[in-house]
Amino acid sequence: MNNIDSSHKKNSIIGIAIRVSLVMIVLCGIIYPTVSTGIAQVIFPSQANGSMVKDREGKVVGSELIGQTFTNPAFFQGRVSSIENNGAGSGSNNYAPSNPELVKRIQESMVAWEAANPDVPLEQLPIDLVTNSGSGLDPDISPASAKAQIPRISKLTGLDQAMLQELVDIHTKERDLGVFGEPRVNVLLLNIDLGEKVKK
Amino acid sequence: MELLQMGIVIVVLLLLVKPVGTYMFHVFSNEPNRTDKVFGSTENIIYKIIGLRNRDSMNWKKYVLSFIATNAVLIAISYLLLRFQGILPGNPNGNENMEASLALNTIISFMTNTNLQHYSGESGVTYLTQMAFVTMMMFTSAASGAAIAVAFIRGITRRGEGLGNFFQDFTKAIIRIFLPLALIVTILLVGLKVPQTFDPTATVTTLEGVEQQITMGPIASLESIKHLGTNGGGFFGANSSHPFENPSPLTNVIEILSMWLLAASLPYMFGLFAKNKKQGWVIFSSMMILFLIFLSISYSSEKAGNPAINTLGIESSQGSMEGKEVRFGIAQSALFSTVTTAATTGSVNNMHDTLTPLGGLAALSGMMLNVVFGGKGVGLVNMLMYAILGVFICGLMVGRTPEFLGRKIEAREMKLIALVILVHPFIILVPTALSFMTASGYDSISNPGFHGLTQSLYEYTSSAANNGSGFEGLADNNVFWNVSTGLVMFFGRYMSIIAMLAVAGSLNVKKPVAETIGTFRTDNKLFIGILIGVVLLIGALTFLPVIVLGPVAEFLTLH
Repeated sequence: MNNIDSSHKKNSIIGIAIRVSLVMIVLCGIIYPTVSTGIAQVIFPSQANGSMVKDREGKVVGSELIGQTFTNPAFFQGRVSSIENNGAGSGSNNYAPSNPELVKRIQESMVAWEAANPDVPLEQLPIDLVTNSGSGLDPDISPASAKAQIPRISKLTGLDQAMLQELVDIHTKERDLGVFGEPRVNVLLLNIDLGEKVKK
Repeated sequence: MELLQMGIVIVVLLLLVKPVGTYMFHVFSNEPNRTDKVFGSTENIIYKIIGLRNRDSMNWKKYVLSFIATNAVLIAISYLLLRFQGILPGNPNGNENMEASLALNTIISFMTNTNLQHYSGESGVTYLTQMAFVTMMMFTSAASGAAIAVAFIRGITRRGEGLGNFFQDFTKAIIRIFLPLALIVTILLVGLKVPQTFDPTATVTTLEGVEQQITMGPIASLESIKHLGTNGGGFFGANSSHPFENPSPLTNVIEILSMWLLAASLPYMFGLFAKNKKQGWVIFSSMMILFLIFLSISYSSEKAGNPAINTLGIESSQGSMEGKEVRFGIAQSALFSTVTTAATTGSVNNMHDTLTPLGGLAALSGMMLNVVFGGKGVGLVNMLMYAILGVFICGLMVGRTPEFLGRKIEAREMKLIALVILVHPFIILVPTALSFMTASGYDSISNPGFHGLTQSLYEYTSSAANNGSGFEGLADNNVFWNVSTGLVMFFGRYMSIIAMLAVAGSLNVKKPVAETIGTFRTDNKLFIGILIGVVLLIGALTFLPVIVLGPVAEFLTLH
């Protein structure tokens, strides 16, 4: 009944510990990620390499998952990014809700909004447009945030508001499986199409 | 819709608990079963390579020794890997060797399943160390934790048979649970756009003609085990809020379930070991009730938003979006935050530093109690510790010798448990106070006012609970924080594990007491209430003052 092992000497425990560590480093640290990469590259090559997007001419202009900074007001703008959407890093200001810098930064965004969008009052400015995303690389904005920018873009590009709204609708992604997450608009994909429309 | 999507995730979890718990029981009960056919031969090869000739059960001291020896070897090799990563192969982006105090902090952090990161994945480590160190540690620290939990359970449910064989448990956990699950989740994640490549950072010209750097790498294979093993250390600095780690709400749900699943199935497995499924469900229900309380606080507070912003006159009905991603919104962010702090994973899909005061409090409380599901094994062991404490307190009240699972609880067990309960707040509160008394601690705090206290408190709570999330505004990569949090993580993990295995070892060799009509039952609804009561009482007694000074004070200044 009592089969508690007493034969292991301390030496043998340490020997086994060393060997089991080496085996697991090779198995979990080298073989597993390498095999995963092999499988991933074969069955999902596009996804495994960062979901890069090309424009009409076939030039890679970014990743559909990584947000870009748009300074030209004729483009749709994305969320605030303290790292300027530089994908070599990631993160945010980490301002606490009680940090006065947070309110100051948002008020500056509001002033800038009023100057650029005189036709859209502040109470229609959605909060996601003036807050920093968690990653600093958020590729999306809410559909309301896209809609609020339509009057400005229409004025600057001469494109019809209804047509722009249609463009936004095409790029509005509903909740995953109809329930998970929030509806969203990918700013880069939207702007690529917008750019094409402007050229025509 | 927001309540529905959180509800669905919880229901899916509930459906998975029984099959997964049963599977884990088959793996660790060491009785012949179907999983032997699939994995038996692989394991035998490993046993042969490592020279494990017999797989006899160990007493608690030998089990602890084997656990510590393995962890020590892994720590030593990893330290060398990090210190020389710059000149080793697998470094296409030319990153540098890691500095000594940071390397020390990092290896302790990963070995203890904490995954507190004072480096940023983009520049601080190489592809080789992301795999052979980070990914490898995610398997081995999780397997160590799972082995400890199983050993503890064997100790208190089996009579005089020892706690099992550490090396066998460790190998089985990796071969039969973590590796197969990780491969499946990895492929799912890649299909849903998480990159998995050895190519270096890409440089593209954006639509506006500016150069943009895009860091990639073997992300999916790390992401899957990061959650399955409740590790939490991100490939990127921004962790699971980064669109490459967590591109969509669907991947978010997969990651939530991955980190929750094994931790939540352990109580069921415990019920099977104890030959009393009701006992398992009592533990599970207590955890779930506490979890739902935290989730409600977190969700309602984040949804209500930040009064300082709401009064500015913009459209703020979305809730507190600072530090959050649009694709997740409030529901998927609040659920993720509550699961990650309950399951002591420590990955984040939104920045916890930017959480509203009560949202931050919910995250903090999950780690302070450290019993709500908990990381690989540790949460269950802690909850069982509170169960023994609950039995003891009730025994005192009615004046009879306390018993748990047919064994008398006596002075030796209670002394060890008291030690564990006291160490946890000690290694949180004392270093927090120290950080305010030293310039190098105080200068790192980035937010003014009461929130600054919470930043430091959160860092040490996260370290002590081996969670690893942070209020990341804290400038924590200096010698003070690296060394102090390193020590806190170390004691938070090893002190409690050794003490609890000693409890298990002592209960294991006790004579069973016959169950009578007067035996205090621990498998009914009344005991759920007692358990939750004891957990909240002890938690409140230790942490209420500091909570009032931090999150509560911040809440009051905003309202």
